[in-house]
Amino acid sequence: MKIVVCIKQVPDTKGGVSFKPDGTLDRAAMLAIMNPDDKAGLEAALRLKDQYGAHVTVVTMGLPKADAVLREAMAMGADDAYLVTDRVLGGADTWATSSTLVGAVSKLDYDLVITGRQAIDGDTAQVGPQLSEKLGIPVISYAQEIKIDGEYVEVRRQFEDRYHIVRAKMPCLLTALSELAEPRYMTPGGIVDALAKEVTVWNRKDLKDVEDSNIGLVGSPTKIAKASDKVKKGAGEKVVLDTPEESVEYIFGKLAEKHVI
Amino acid sequence: MSLEEYKGVYIYAQQVDNELSNIALELLGKAKDLAKDLNTEVGAFLLGSDVEPLAAKLAEYGADKVVLIDDPELKDYRTEPYTQALTAAIHEFKPDILLIGATAIGRDLGPRLAARVHTGLTADCTQLDIGNFPLVAVPGQEQLHNQLLMTRPAFGGNTIATIACPAFRPQMATVRPGVMQKIEPISGATPNIVRFNPAIEKNNCYTEILKIVKEKSQVADISEAKILVSGGRGVGSPENFKILYELADAIGGTVSCSRAVVDAGWKPKDMQVGQTGKTVRPHVYFAIGISGAIQHVAGMEESDIIIAINKDENAPIFDVADYGVVGDLNKVVPLLTKKILELNASKEAN
Repeated sequence: MKIVVCIKQVPDTKGGVSFKPDGTLDRAAMLAIMNPDDKAGLEAALRLKDQYGAHVTVVTMGLPKADAVLREAMAMGADDAYLVTDRVLGGADTWATSSTLVGAVSKLDYDLVITGRQAIDGDTAQVGPQLSEKLGIPVISYAQEIKIDGEYVEVRRQFEDRYHIVRAKMPCLLTALSELAEPRYMTPGGIVDALAKEVTVWNRKDLKDVEDSNIGLVGSPTKIAKASDKVKKGAGEKVVLDTPEESVEYIFGKLAEKHVI
Repeated sequence: MSLEEYKGVYIYAQQVDNELSNIALELLGKAKDLAKDLNTEVGAFLLGSDVEPLAAKLAEYGADKVVLIDDPELKDYRTEPYTQALTAAIHEFKPDILLIGATAIGRDLGPRLAARVHTGLTADCTQLDIGNFPLVAVPGQEQLHNQLLMTRPAFGGNTIATIACPAFRPQMATVRPGVMQKIEPISGATPNIVRFNPAIEKNNCYTEILKIVKEKSQVADISEAKILVSGGRGVGSPENFKILYELADAIGGTVSCSRAVVDAGWKPKDMQVGQTGKTVRPHVYFAIGISGAIQHVAGMEESDIIIAINKDENAPIFDVADYGVVGDLNKVVPLLTKKILELNASKEAN
């Protein structure tokens, strides 16, 4: 079985964020980690490899420094890695990103494609389903358990108040919830191997059947009108009172004043 | 694509088990505002099997037109038949705007649909307006009017972006439950139903549902609550949430919590408020022992009244709280409960 896992290097959103003058993110200026949902997806792929035997390929689209998350993935146990990087791919929305990934993934063999549900920078959860659409394969989002049954995959698909056990014929794309699998650690041997292994770098010209009008900032149907740091809501009153009784009196008074009680 | 052909503000009227989801009514509320600005009508795409009875409620909540797509294949949600049906409906009815709930269904259906019809989709919008793109006229670039401006948080709530989709239609957005407000129902409104057959065909993208397991939620839906009593790591232990439940009982509220509490395994995920949990906008939000990480604040700052109780004077929660009390929650909360119970008792006595 062959599994392609799409991963993304994301800024650690706990740190500060910065923008370029055109309103798009200045990713180069921020700390970077492997997106947590993607890492869970990779772990799920590696478990399928442990259980059924599989060849696991990781693919990322990003800046040259995204090489780091591919190395990390290989240190965890991925077999090979592709970095899709080119200036013309920058500023892509989910449409343009999925168009780009299709140009890379369709050059690889796969029975399963796994993506994280969503990335912690954009939080859109759109690239996985859009990639599946453009690959022309079924999608099962929000995967919590994965079983392989011959040429079918059976997935526990989570909803708010229920789950479905869904069966699809492979090839199929799954989007992984971070609850799917607690990622394993890199092993010292794995780290050494990962540094020795080669990451294949693909540029724009290596992408298969992708129109210029569908990639990068130009190929993005959505355009940023304005981006800014969030304006904080103004603080109200803060009181430091001597006794709990006084504190309660204060809250009680406010609740009464606002007709809550 | 001739953009002028696209007219009307449509919503995807999500139903599960032939019951309309609240999000459908909330989207109608917003759609009505947008349609007013554009001087156009509000449409609802209603998909399912034997769902015609739901059309009346959509009309009561503001749908001028209900496009009914009724097919046994659409009984339970599956990505492919729903995408096929809505794609055909978009081609037929040409909506200018299409709003979808950012639910476990909508966040699967929306992107697949946008990819199939080739348009932009903006996820998890917190604000939708009609305006110009670019916002301010730029020499050498045509300024477009009557565009949907979609505002959303990103980067874990650290940033906020306003996005437009100037060259493709429909302009699509998903909106989280609890963000938009439904209108007061217009009682007796009769639905204008338009039946549509999308000619769905089975293909390789079909999936099969082997089993549906409903997980009876142990907790009340926090996004529906008028008063939330929310606890954070500062509550100290799962057992100590007892004092929050007592306050909630006294004041007629519901208990919710922060991400730290869920991560610690004290409470289930469906009680979590915040960027990765639920967005809530109750009348009153008690933040008890919650530090106020930006991810949390993003999910509750729209509350009408925020009351924070925290022993750390520098906790960021005090930056968003309307009324903040620096103090020991273990003392303040039980006392407050007692005082409210006394008030309740005196009211009953009268």
